[in-house]
Amino acid sequence: MLTRAPRPRIRRVLPGFGVTLGGTLLYLAIIVLLPVAALLLKSAGVGWEGFWNLLSNPRALASIRVTVVAALLATLFNAVYGLLMAWILVRYEFPGKRFFDAVIDLPFALPTAVAGIALAALYARNGWFGGALEPAGIKVAYTVLGVAVAMAFTSAPFVIRSVQPVLEDIQPELEEVAATLGASHLGVFHRIILPMIAPAYITGCALAFARSLGEFGAVIFIAGNLPMKTEIAALLVFIRLEEFDYESAAAIAVVLLLIAFITLLVTNAIQFWQARRSGAIA
Amino acid sequence: MKTDRAFTRAIPAALVLTGMVLTLLFIVAPLIVIFHSAFSKGLSFYVDSIGDPDTLHAIELTLLTALIAVPVNIAFGIAAAWAITKFSFRGKKLLTSLIELPLSMSPIVAGVSYLFLYGMQGWLGPWLQERDLQVMFALPGIILVTMFVTSPFVARELIPLMQAQGNDQEEAATTLGASGWQMFRRVTLPNIRWALLYGAVLCTARAVGEFGAVSVVSGNVRGETNTLPLHIELVYHDYNVVGAFAAATTLTVIAMLTLVIKTFIELRIRKAGQSTTSL
Repeated sequence: MLTRAPRPRIRRVLPGFGVTLGGTLLYLAIIVLLPVAALLLKSAGVGWEGFWNLLSNPRALASIRVTVVAALLATLFNAVYGLLMAWILVRYEFPGKRFFDAVIDLPFALPTAVAGIALAALYARNGWFGGALEPAGIKVAYTVLGVAVAMAFTSAPFVIRSVQPVLEDIQPELEEVAATLGASHLGVFHRIILPMIAPAYITGCALAFARSLGEFGAVIFIAGNLPMKTEIAALLVFIRLEEFDYESAAAIAVVLLLIAFITLLVTNAIQFWQARRSGAIA
Repeated sequence: MKTDRAFTRAIPAALVLTGMVLTLLFIVAPLIVIFHSAFSKGLSFYVDSIGDPDTLHAIELTLLTALIAVPVNIAFGIAAAWAITKFSFRGKKLLTSLIELPLSMSPIVAGVSYLFLYGMQGWLGPWLQERDLQVMFALPGIILVTMFVTSPFVARELIPLMQAQGNDQEEAATTLGASGWQMFRRVTLPNIRWALLYGAVLCTARAVGEFGAVSVVSGNVRGETNTLPLHIELVYHDYNVVGAFAAATTLTVIAMLTLVIKTFIELRIRKAGQSTTSL
């Protein structure tokens, strides 16, 4: 099964192993690991029962629910929008293609607070979009939908940038053969392309979801932040800190951290399983 | 049969059109509304908003933070990429995941973590207090948390590239008697310069724009510990929406420059890739 060939012991020709690895580990330990350890220890300090008590607070539960529901909605949108954009950017030529390819990355380059006030202005009742949507009965600002819009904006590039390079590598011959053998367009997409892009697609969606869960700056301006209704978990952490309720802040922060971890772990597991399966076929 | 072919030809056009319209509404419209709102009270109001002492101070603080955090993370990114791509050792995968960890963490969680390390209710807070060292709600905290949030950007661009390039050139240089520094400067650096620049640009964009993490550790003292994104929030909540948008245009211009540089660098990388494959 998984027998690994013994790695030949090569003498290290290149210099700098000790310095660069040592420096990397030291920096990571001080800048990343130590603070995260401090957070985990803080929340561990209250014990399991205390942790559950802090979390079972209705406002905390509601904020986690709002966050997860909005992040799912945002990821669903980006799963469709991202795949569409990756597809047209790789497969078709159209006017302004370079502009669209570049502007797709705007959500990563634009500070989240700036995105937040811009989205709030657009979707407010007197804004360009809000003014058109609200008469139609669709309220975005100050609703969960608004939270989802902000999350979708800030995480939009993940799916596109994950899928794009994989699509570029797929040889058109493969599809042509399938088409010659009588497969329909949808059939080719379903049977040939989708399985090939699946690992990258899933990774992109998972990254977008993890990012949406933690988004703060873009969301708080458009959300209205009504407790129990449109208050996200990240904001509740912030509010608890300002109330000097450090235990509650730590507990909710740890939940956010864990959901992001689990999302990425599951993604890694799916990719590993995919790689093994496709390896078995080849 | 004829309608069938017309139908298949219409699909690409429909897809492209849908994609373009969605992108214009979803991504380009927020960009336009920033400038539209910033200038909605005229040019002189805009100039006054930017020239406001608190705004200028916030810009200064933001630049100072980036000036420290970005070079440190460039050094970290190069060191990490060198160790990971040029040598084989146990736990390499774990190390790579650890480097990327800040990308999937909420900025708020990052800020809270720092609070529980350096704040009064944290591990080191009381010790720092005794020595009269202020980390939280002061500049050191802002810089540290910015370093945390931006630490993966350079490493993440360099690792896949250096992995693909392999060790041959560096090994040849070393065998021919080049010192470590000579080899790095003459062989490695020219090979990675565009990816390095791209990583540094992304790192800078995030460093000047970080909001959530910084808002936890800054203490929000106007004219003292307010970075530009925090200043924008403050002005916005003062019901000076136009002033907030005016201040926001500075960061928006930086974001747009980032996109232009990115597009330029990608063209360069693509060209470089073509010339090496044709060899």
